[in-house]
Amino acid sequence: MNLAYLVPLFPLVGFLINGLFRKQLSKQAVTLVGCGALLASFIVSLVLFCDVKTGGAATRAYFDFINVADFKIPFAFQVDQLTALFLLIITGVGFLIHVYSSAYMHEETSDHFARYFAYLNLFVFSMLLLVMGANFLIMFIGWEGVGLCSYLLIGYWFKNNQFNYAARKAFVMNRIGDLGFLVALFWILARAGTLTYSELFTPAMLAKFSQADITAITLLLFVGATGKSAQIPLYTWLPDAMAGPTPVSALIHAATMVTAGIYMIARSHLLYSLAPFTNQIIAIIGVATAVFAASIALKQNDIKKVLAYSTVSQLGYMFLGLGVGAYGGAVFHVMTHAFFKALLFLGAGSVIHAMGGQQDSRYMGGLKKYMPVTHITFLLACLAIAGVPPFSGFFSKDEILAAAYASSPVLYYFGVLGALFTAFYMFRIYAMTFLGDFRGTHDQEHHLHESPKAMTIPLSILAVLAVVAGFVGIPALFAPHAHLLENFLAPVFSDLPEHAEHLSHGTEWMLMGVTTILVIVSIVWAWKKFSSYQLDASEPSGIGKVLANKWYVDEIYDAVIAKPLLKFSGFLKNIIDKRVIDGIVNGTGRFVQYTSRQLRLVQSGQVGGYILMMVLSLVVLFVAFWNQAYILRFIHWIFK
Amino acid sequence: MPIQYYIALAVTLFSIGVVGVLIRRNAIIVFMCIELMLNAANLLLVAFSKTHPATSVAPLAGIDGQLFVFFVMVVAAAEVSVGLAIIVMLYRNTHSVDVDFLNRLKN
Repeated sequence: MNLAYLVPLFPLVGFLINGLFRKQLSKQAVTLVGCGALLASFIVSLVLFCDVKTGGAATRAYFDFINVADFKIPFAFQVDQLTALFLLIITGVGFLIHVYSSAYMHEETSDHFARYFAYLNLFVFSMLLLVMGANFLIMFIGWEGVGLCSYLLIGYWFKNNQFNYAARKAFVMNRIGDLGFLVALFWILARAGTLTYSELFTPAMLAKFSQADITAITLLLFVGATGKSAQIPLYTWLPDAMAGPTPVSALIHAATMVTAGIYMIARSHLLYSLAPFTNQIIAIIGVATAVFAASIALKQNDIKKVLAYSTVSQLGYMFLGLGVGAYGGAVFHVMTHAFFKALLFLGAGSVIHAMGGQQDSRYMGGLKKYMPVTHITFLLACLAIAGVPPFSGFFSKDEILAAAYASSPVLYYFGVLGALFTAFYMFRIYAMTFLGDFRGTHDQEHHLHESPKAMTIPLSILAVLAVVAGFVGIPALFAPHAHLLENFLAPVFSDLPEHAEHLSHGTEWMLMGVTTILVIVSIVWAWKKFSSYQLDASEPSGIGKVLANKWYVDEIYDAVIAKPLLKFSGFLKNIIDKRVIDGIVNGTGRFVQYTSRQLRLVQSGQVGGYILMMVLSLVVLFVAFWNQAYILRFIHWIFK
Repeated sequence: MPIQYYIALAVTLFSIGVVGVLIRRNAIIVFMCIELMLNAANLLLVAFSKTHPATSVAPLAGIDGQLFVFFVMVVAAAEVSVGLAIIVMLYRNTHSVDVDFLNRLKN
């Protein structure tokens, strides 16, 4: 635990070295610093993980971050089971992505290469700060940090304006959510006077909050989570975030950033357990996002776009889990998702790399024989995300769906619908990319090649994890007390009220069986339909067209929010600012100029005129003071 | 003789001086009108001094107002010499003593 500060320190040092000396360092040195920092951080995380496993949670304060009168916020790190798990995911998956990036980005010039690694390190640093902070303020620093880094990395190729817009969109969408988070923090501070978890999440402290307070705070925190974790209505930035380099997408979607919302709600689970209304909202938003995003993914052809919507959809499942009280299940899904989603993105990156930048899967096909490692790992990831037993996604998704069924069967039905969509679109994109005949240009076909070792080794490691990670969460159905993750996380979530409703084993078997059969049917259907896909120039029509256009959400936002806002700003600019404000300012100036021009005429240079003025003024003064008693008395005295 | 008469005379003289300065354009007459105003003030000084001698202190008791008039006269004489010199220079330059031509101060 004494080493805790080292975990974020390594990436920070890596960021500083790569950022400050980017013009001097060679690519090899940059890679060494960037990946080395993460590796060191990962090793320390492992040590911490073992510490926590044996010794339990620990908190360490370093200095007072804010110290005003008797109001103190310490800069402190808290490492408990939840944090330790996130540390392993972030640094572990992050490290693999760093290694992969060193090969993926090798065509960049060395100073841009260093800039890229500096951003990556800063990103990981922010995320580590977010999960390690012992109070909400430290979390907020990390929270803003990942927002900034996502902006920097999405707009990494800043010469393309389209990418800059995507980066800006991500930043603005995040800011909307961050505002909710910030207001929630102020609210908590006003009621409790502290942001430290260990002081805040105690029954005595929570008793200070009224029910309305709790509902409002949890809702505001959730608004923050919808921004960062891309839920309805703030999810639109995530698909656009594909503008960044592919490993960045992997980092954003798997290891950092989007899991922040899940972590934050899991961290404040005690608060949420007191807010049934908010939980309902979370569950509904979660399942709606899961189905909605999955339905969009059905019709996307850009391989990265499909993966982006699948992330949004999977995050929806995690929120569904949080909403129905399955915190352990949500965190489990974060973990398995980190593995298979990182794998999918890195696999997609490998494909795009081989295709020379082509991302549209309609012009791929038949890559199976050219890229065997990428193909196998991608297939495994697809099986994992689709939830085919015994791959990792099956266990985590099943846990969430079972909890959803216990809470409300309707949530379960929609959850299963989303899972079917997921299986379908994943195997659609898989079949279009790897099966059938090659549909690209002859030139591209000539250049097809398997990616270098620095890319395939991370892929293989992630593939192993994506396959076996599920076994840390074997449901009680198969073997009692074999749910290692639940046992590990138990101290964190032990303060929750026990779940009243437990499903009978029969029901659980039934649910699991139904989901699995439907998923497999869905996979077979997609496989059949798209394994011999031929290029088809016809435009989709009907519902397909709506899906291909992402339900027109961007257009609706544009028409409902962006356009009126722009109109309003236009009104403010053209009428209020240019006419009214400028009118007042310029009017004052013009008035002064006009009056002074008129007054100048008085100064004619005619001495007579001046004297006349003087005399007249005296007379005026005399008349003005006419009523003054002493003048009257004087005049009476003269003429008496 | 009551002091009111002196005051009335002084006011009359002063007013004539003011009006003269205002309406006449000949520099010499303007100059004379200024003298008129000065002397209206002198007249008042003497008149008040004569009427209220006790208000002043020794050794000038009763005459300081009248004494002051001499200073005014001296200053006025100096002023007249300077003023007339200016008028002469003015005449040399413009061949006129009309004050309305004296608008070079403008701008």
